[in-house]
Amino acid sequence: MMNVSDTIVIGGGLVGCAVAYGLARQGASVTMLDEGDLAFRAARGNFGLVWVQGKGFGSAPYARWTRSSAKLWPRLALDLMEESGVDVCLEQPGGLWFTFSDEEHEQRRIVMQGIQDDLEGDYPFEMLGRQDVLARAPALGRAVIGASYLPLDGHANPLKLLRALHTANLRRGVRYVSGQPVDTIVPQQCAEASLFTVQSRWQAPRVVLAAGLGNRHLAQQVGLYAPVVPNRGQVLIGERCARFLDYPTLFVRQTDEGTVQIGDSMEEVGFNDEVTTDVLADIARRAVRTFPVLSGLRIVRAWGALRILSPDGLPIYEESRRYPGAFVASCHSGVTLAAAHAFHLARWVGGAPLPDECTAFGGERFLTPHDQLRHVH
Amino acid sequence: MSTDPLFVPLARAGASAMPTVAITLNGEALQVPVASSVAAALLATGVRRFRNSPVSGEARAPYCMMGVCFECLLEIDGTPNRQSCLVSLEAGMCIRTQDGLRDLLAEACDPALALARALEASHGL
Repeated sequence: MMNVSDTIVIGGGLVGCAVAYGLARQGASVTMLDEGDLAFRAARGNFGLVWVQGKGFGSAPYARWTRSSAKLWPRLALDLMEESGVDVCLEQPGGLWFTFSDEEHEQRRIVMQGIQDDLEGDYPFEMLGRQDVLARAPALGRAVIGASYLPLDGHANPLKLLRALHTANLRRGVRYVSGQPVDTIVPQQCAEASLFTVQSRWQAPRVVLAAGLGNRHLAQQVGLYAPVVPNRGQVLIGERCARFLDYPTLFVRQTDEGTVQIGDSMEEVGFNDEVTTDVLADIARRAVRTFPVLSGLRIVRAWGALRILSPDGLPIYEESRRYPGAFVASCHSGVTLAAAHAFHLARWVGGAPLPDECTAFGGERFLTPHDQLRHVH
Repeated sequence: MSTDPLFVPLARAGASAMPTVAITLNGEALQVPVASSVAAALLATGVRRFRNSPVSGEARAPYCMMGVCFECLLEIDGTPNRQSCLVSLEAGMCIRTQDGLRDLLAEACDPALALARALEASHGL
């Protein structure tokens, strides 16, 4: 028997959940197909930052899109609390990006100034000297000479975010199907609209590809292009401790419950999410250099997870021209962009125009060769 | 859930008296049966609260006894957050139940503690 809904979302990670949540808020009937626990789940391996600073140097649309999501995040956290009863533990005290030499400090200033100029000034960063950083982070090591600081930066509990979105979605009537890997989408053109049949069982006039690394293969079947590749990050999890750090940083943060999370690496190793001792040692060394109090920290876990990276590191959002109603959404910042996905991107899937910032993120940009820069942090 | 064990210690079940060693628990002298791990020895002695959860404040005790659940954390010989089910029992151990979180900043300000830590660490000073 065929199961019919308004929209099928393929992927039950943070991107799929946030878009499904936004669609459900608009009253759409949504079916979400989730591969299962064997999937490479970026949503269960990430670092939990809501991070703005440094993102979008050389790409003003990405800087704007990221900033808009960070500004919407408090609303997302409140709404999820109300609808799911789950506190996602959002804190946005601003983030610190450390510098270890005068040269590095000046380079960072140039990057931050460049983004501020691109954003007509609405980007209130500060370059802090060592004494100002110490006032915020008393555990700071001697090697750190300063930091860039942006008040919008923050962090949340990414596992609670995933759970909150799933719970809110269920309460809003989203049909969640687990253990349903997808490898076949058959598009049909009927009159003005399209009809998509997924795995011969699920049918809808709209389909959203939010399958992370699986988007590469699925996009081709509906006239889209999403050349995403895996990029491994490894992290260390330390024992719970009393608060020693009140601000999120790019590679050390302390969760609301005291757990110390230490990242990360960027490795091109294909579909391999294992951990390696040499990389973990480098990660630990950098963390201890920045915060010497961590030298006695007990490590309770380590894992590797795969980022979903496009060739230029920016998101991919596009509706198929050949089969309107097929959408692709790929990014490597499912936590940071969750609010923009729920409140802006879902409207686009529901029929509204693509948000201005996102017109630069079509997958077809990779079909015309040009200098490709990676934008990650 | 009750933490009363389903097993009866051999000594109570009529076996010959088990050998014991002396330790201190929260500063008080205690004779505990020789056991493979600190957690097993304390449980056999009747200790039921090992720590308070720093998140909920609830009393906690060992659950998995195989290094996975992190419920059995104790301060052992000055080092907090040790998984007592994985630490071999030794005579003279100074053990404290844990209330609240380990405090890295306070430890860093205590030179005696810092020196002891450095001497204990496998990478030395």
